[in-house]
Amino acid sequence: MFIYTVKRFALAGLILIVAVTAMFLMIRAVPGDPVSIMLGPRATPELKASLIAQMALDQPIWKQLLIYYGGLLRGDLGIDVFSGRSVVEIVFQQLPYTLEMITLSVVWSATLGIALGAYAAANPNTMIDRIAAAVSVSFVAAPAFVVALLALLIFAVQLQWFPAIGAGEGFWGRLNHLVLPSFAIGLSWVGYIARLVRASMLEVLGEGHIRTARAFGISERRIIMSYALRIAILPVFTVIGVGMGFLLSSAVFTEIVFARPGIGKLVIDSITTRNYPVVMGTVLVSTGLFVLSTAIADLLNALLDPRARSAK
Amino acid sequence: MSKSRSELSIILRGVAKDPLGLIGLIIVGAIVISAIFAAWIVPYDPIGMNIPDRMQGPSWSHWLGTDNLGRDTLSRVIMGGQVALKVALPAVFGAMAIGLTLGMIAGYGPRWLDNLLMLFFDTLRSFPTVMFALAVVALVGPSLQTVVLVVMATSIPTYGRVARTQTLTLRNSEFILAERAMGASMVRILGVHMLPNIIGVLGVLAAMDVPTVIALEAGLSFLGLGVKPPTPSWGALLKDGYALIRQTPWLVVGGGLPIILATLGFTFLGESLRDVVDPKLRKNR
Amino acid sequence: MSDTLLEIDNLSVDYETERGDLKALRDISFDVQKGEIVGIVGESGCGKSTLISSILRLTAPNTRFRQGEVRFKGDDILTKTERQMRDLRGSDISIVFQDPMQTHNPVLTIGRQLVDIQHRSKATKAQKLDIAAKMLAAVGIPDPQARLKQHPHEFSGGMRQRIAIAMALMSEPDLLIADEPTTALDATLEVQIIERLKDLQSEMNCAILFISHHLGVIAELCDRVVVMYAGAVVESGDVREIFHDPKHPYTRRLIECDPGHIKTRARILPTIPGEVPDLANLPDGCIFRDRCEQATDRCHQVPALEKLKEGHFAACWLNHHEEAAT
Repeated sequence: MFIYTVKRFALAGLILIVAVTAMFLMIRAVPGDPVSIMLGPRATPELKASLIAQMALDQPIWKQLLIYYGGLLRGDLGIDVFSGRSVVEIVFQQLPYTLEMITLSVVWSATLGIALGAYAAANPNTMIDRIAAAVSVSFVAAPAFVVALLALLIFAVQLQWFPAIGAGEGFWGRLNHLVLPSFAIGLSWVGYIARLVRASMLEVLGEGHIRTARAFGISERRIIMSYALRIAILPVFTVIGVGMGFLLSSAVFTEIVFARPGIGKLVIDSITTRNYPVVMGTVLVSTGLFVLSTAIADLLNALLDPRARSAK
Repeated sequence: MSKSRSELSIILRGVAKDPLGLIGLIIVGAIVISAIFAAWIVPYDPIGMNIPDRMQGPSWSHWLGTDNLGRDTLSRVIMGGQVALKVALPAVFGAMAIGLTLGMIAGYGPRWLDNLLMLFFDTLRSFPTVMFALAVVALVGPSLQTVVLVVMATSIPTYGRVARTQTLTLRNSEFILAERAMGASMVRILGVHMLPNIIGVLGVLAAMDVPTVIALEAGLSFLGLGVKPPTPSWGALLKDGYALIRQTPWLVVGGGLPIILATLGFTFLGESLRDVVDPKLRKNR
Repeated sequence: MSDTLLEIDNLSVDYETERGDLKALRDISFDVQKGEIVGIVGESGCGKSTLISSILRLTAPNTRFRQGEVRFKGDDILTKTERQMRDLRGSDISIVFQDPMQTHNPVLTIGRQLVDIQHRSKATKAQKLDIAAKMLAAVGIPDPQARLKQHPHEFSGGMRQRIAIAMALMSEPDLLIADEPTTALDATLEVQIIERLKDLQSEMNCAILFISHHLGVIAELCDRVVVMYAGAVVESGDVREIFHDPKHPYTRRLIECDPGHIKTRARILPTIPGEVPDLANLPDGCIFRDRCEQATDRCHQVPALEKLKEGHFAACWLNHHEEAAT
């Protein structure tokens, strides 16, 4: 288990290094003078010169890369061209908003999806199972930003049940502002997780140990809730971990639609103002988050499934 | 050729037998046909402004209303379908072709090349799709081509990994071993024997991937980072509708419903195809 | 009469399939007395598994009980409610399944599973764990206290089957069903487990219904044996009686084909030619007719299971010489 953990994080680290290098080279490969692109029409010769010195653009490319990595190791993602604040500070100030939205989305959709899937698997081929299956497929088909727009239109603009913009103040205010965004992000996950759990539940219910539990008179409710579900939900962790990239993508749109603070809004705002260090910093942080969550999902799976633990 | 054509008709018949598959087939067929003949069936010029008729609600002359420049929403929705497919099809086929080639090389080639390509796939996959797209758009500027390229890049790993797994499995199967023992060249083995076995699975993946691509294009256009105005795109409709959500909410519905419908259609079709082509996949995905 | 624990009376069970009804069991009749060990022997597909699942009423949804009764302590099991059945399972009747690798829940500890099956007991969890450890010791698992904390994958197949036996005997059942409990194990392990089962049986005095296709094990362990072929009982009776003087041609061939019984050196192991008939589309007359070397015209009619002498039944026209002469 320990060796597996080390290996898994080593792989995650390697992927991150390659990804960072690729992105760094990509930025430098863009035709034109990066400083002019970055500063746009505001560029004055003094500003240009200070930026060149600051980003070490007068050095050879491999040296620039080393300097960049050196900065990364110190937790330095560069400096915002306009405000002069550190990019790390800006990104981590926005990150909690995105994370709370994603977390709430995952929690409600996974809970409902698991319940729906388990219920459908326990009553296969009944009317409810069929309805759940049809609903699941339709939910899967709903892209988050379209759902966000329609939810905004119906529940915020027309019915005015929930606030349309912002993140809110205080616990209840924040929660109230989270309802529609997390509904939009979570909806497709409900269907996806329900289908996943239904399939894996049906598989588990056909296994020998379930027959054993039945042969010992253990109640069907208990068999489903604590014997089968415990195994059937294992793939859900993997799927959420791997789906982190997808969740972050949905978050970008949802934050724009509901004018919420967060890294999605940050990156879009930075693109419109051509604030490249912030754009790259945000993309890097979200990539790191994605790689990390995939690794954690794998480890969690190994931790919860004794079979996987011994196999690795 | 006649063999593959008859196989195709068997597959299509299998899909049509499944009710969801049939619905998918009908939706996808409708979208494709309306996209091909868009120029003839649109009731109004999708980019022609008509200020006197601006911001009209749905009516008999404008079924889905008009926007703030008086353009007919329905015409823009139909034309938007053409734009969506113009992005989705090249992106999906391009990604499939590159993924297939790299995946087969990884599965058949030497170990070090396999490891290298897998690292490449893993890295490409490690960027959250939209973040990656935004980074690229920020650097090279928004355009239809940028969107196609970005979408292609982000979906190569999926095809590559599946093609690699399939190649690895087939590589040690008896009929391939027999071919190798008889001295068949690598090109012959990969092209004649493996390709037909892999392409079916990738085709299913591609059908399931189309809606993701359509949604991504619409999303980028919604953010103003996709196709440039005045090109009618579903995402652009959503953008216009969002900007004036209190005045012209029908634009949001007009842009949102086709995306949901297209997603639904391609998903149904893809799932049905999967069941027909390879029932085993059902469990793995 | 009051010593009879389990009576199966004219039981017929079908599976509804797309090809039509699969007649998995037809007119099965036999009984098990208290404290007795009865063996059921037959090839795979002869209906042994259907029989067991019928006794426990753990049947697939497409199962139809066409006729007959399964009486346990005098009450018909087939008319009991699901709730009443659950009270029987794991308390009065328990079972050891064939494949020890699949018997236990992979993500729960053995201790948790052994505690869970004592769900009817009012004892505290500590007491239940104590009982579990004692049972593990009784089936020959060293250091039971420590092993209760382990997961199934940390045990070997033989160990897991011992645990399964411990689970089955925990409630001191009246009837233990053992469904080929040693088939998945090595020969040496098989002997150990059979010995252990025998000891525990004489200690607890429970009846055992022992299903196997291994005649040696049946001969070693059982008092009586029921021979099944293609969903029907072809012969039943005292173990010695049947092994020394089999009255049905199928039983005879089964004994001849058992590797343990082959005395002369042969290049090819003997087999029974032909195939088991299609249960969805049964032929007329005796089910063994097509594979029987001694078949005559009479075999176009179904022979009944006739009592030949006290405790020995067979379903074959060959045993009807006297009748045929008159």
